[in-house]
Amino acid sequence: MDTVITTDKLTKKFGAFVAASELTFEVGKGEIFGFLGANGAGKTTAMRMLCGLLAPTSGKATIAGFDIYTQTERIKRSIGYMSQKFSLYDDLTVSENIRFYGGIYGMTRPAIRTKTATLLEELGLQSEANTLVRELPLGWKQKLSFSVSIVHDPGIVFLDEPTGGVDPVTRRQFWDLIYAAADRGVTVFVTTHYMDEAEYCNRVSIMVDGVIAALDSPANLREHYGRASMEDVFYELARNAKRKGD
Amino acid sequence: MRQLLTFIRKEFLHVFRDRKTLLMLFGLPIAQIVLFGFALSNEIKDSRIALVDYSKDAVTTRLIGKIEASHYFDIQHSLASAGQLNTAFRRGDIKMAIIFPANFGDDLIHTGKATLQVIADGSDPNQATTITNYLGSIVADYNAELAQDAHQPLQISPEVQMLYNPELRGAPNFVPGVMALVLMLVCTMMTSVAIVREKELGTMEILLVSPFKPIYIIISKLTPNLLISVVNLIIILVLSDIFLGLPVKGSIALLVFCSILFILTSLSIGLLLSINAKTQQAAMMGSLMGMMLPTMLLTGFLFPIENMPVVLQVLSNLVPSRWYFIIVKRVMLKGLGFTAVWKETLILAGMCLFLFAISLRNFKIRLQ
Repeated sequence: MDTVITTDKLTKKFGAFVAASELTFEVGKGEIFGFLGANGAGKTTAMRMLCGLLAPTSGKATIAGFDIYTQTERIKRSIGYMSQKFSLYDDLTVSENIRFYGGIYGMTRPAIRTKTATLLEELGLQSEANTLVRELPLGWKQKLSFSVSIVHDPGIVFLDEPTGGVDPVTRRQFWDLIYAAADRGVTVFVTTHYMDEAEYCNRVSIMVDGVIAALDSPANLREHYGRASMEDVFYELARNAKRKGD
Repeated sequence: MRQLLTFIRKEFLHVFRDRKTLLMLFGLPIAQIVLFGFALSNEIKDSRIALVDYSKDAVTTRLIGKIEASHYFDIQHSLASAGQLNTAFRRGDIKMAIIFPANFGDDLIHTGKATLQVIADGSDPNQATTITNYLGSIVADYNAELAQDAHQPLQISPEVQMLYNPELRGAPNFVPGVMALVLMLVCTMMTSVAIVREKELGTMEILLVSPFKPIYIIISKLTPNLLISVVNLIIILVLSDIFLGLPVKGSIALLVFCSILFILTSLSIGLLLSINAKTQQAAMMGSLMGMMLPTMLLTGFLFPIENMPVVLQVLSNLVPSRWYFIIVKRVMLKGLGFTAVWKETLILAGMCLFLFAISLRNFKIRLQ
């Protein structure tokens, strides 16, 4: 399997505070990689470094084969990003949002038009193309948000707690979209607080106090820690964390 | 380039979708012009006065005719005796009373001297001073006429002429002030809110992760505001020409150039505010409190800067609208050219560059 994300002792310090310490892992192409950790464990810092939003203090990393120190512009073209905050414009319509995000990634007009049609069909939103996003139910917004984050067909997509505040049914549907993307070869790097979602991932890493405390498939982790569910595995690892919240 | 156009298009959509804000943007200058141009004028028209004429001769009749003819006074009562004046003053019916003593005309013609009594309501000192001055000038005017008729030895009387604004109207001073105020407010508020909104929404992160250049974000945010401000400028200039009779006397090109410079300065301030503000409300309050008050107080259109304490005088140098106000007054009202305003223009340009450079630098720092 090709690796699309490699990090080697990636570290970020804010003054004396080590937010992320010597992170070393690899993520393969088309893999769904879960990135777990309690609040304040350093997930967001790690993700921000990988996205090029934050410069690492030390260590090495490549995203889609590009170096995160010197080739951030190339990286930006190869990744998609969806934040935990809702990232569509409320006062624009569904198709205007798609057009905007396609546009800032430099897609041509015809390409955007074709993509818009496919996306709307996939999401079953054809009749809502000209509806303002603020009028859509939250679950639809979330799904649209995900589709928009991969509108430019990136090799890797980073999802930062994408399902916060969404009902279980919509969460399942959301994960169907993630699986569909992964089947097309998109690598999905996802942070979440829902342990049932952790079970959906191919592999999971659990961060505690800025370091990766465990990294394996959910099944192996359960076996290794002798627990019945990921929930218990997570609790076992995270309960001794010294950092609380952020 | 295509990316930039996409973004600018989106910004215009935001502006046009928000009808309320749009209405406010264009309503503000119109309301301000009407308020400052018409309502808040410091000239006093049609002051109600009372007349008591004990003399009733040719001289008083002519003088009263002159007073009646001026639009400053509205003669409410012609009272038979001064005894009734007190009541009229108390009730607030009149602001001033003029009493011609008996034999007023005779005295004037035979002795060359006559005295009339003027009583004004001093509870509003500014108004009292102004209207007694008006009356003084009418009397002086009449004096001069008499002197001419009588072929008496030459009398020296000062002839005061108010340049640029002979009738001492309020509008010529207020319009440049309104221009400075409106442009400053619209630019800083719109810009600061536009950028902070992206932060609040979480879309800023998405934009920063995308290959879209940060400088493009700034350009796209500023473009609609620049355009709206130019439209506002045109509205103000047209309104003041048509309704206030204040055409642009100097070069329109120069005025527009300086205005755009001022607009860009204000946009940079908005940019700077938005970088430091965390919420839209904070940005809004920052631009209202931080910009409106200094602009109103330290520009010089409400209170003369020369009369302020030295500290405020020094501070006022930092307010961009102060310099813009001077430029507009010189170019628009006096019709002066670039040689008269180059210093102020240079100061504005300097402020603009400085503010834009800082905000650009800080905007980039946020990415790292």
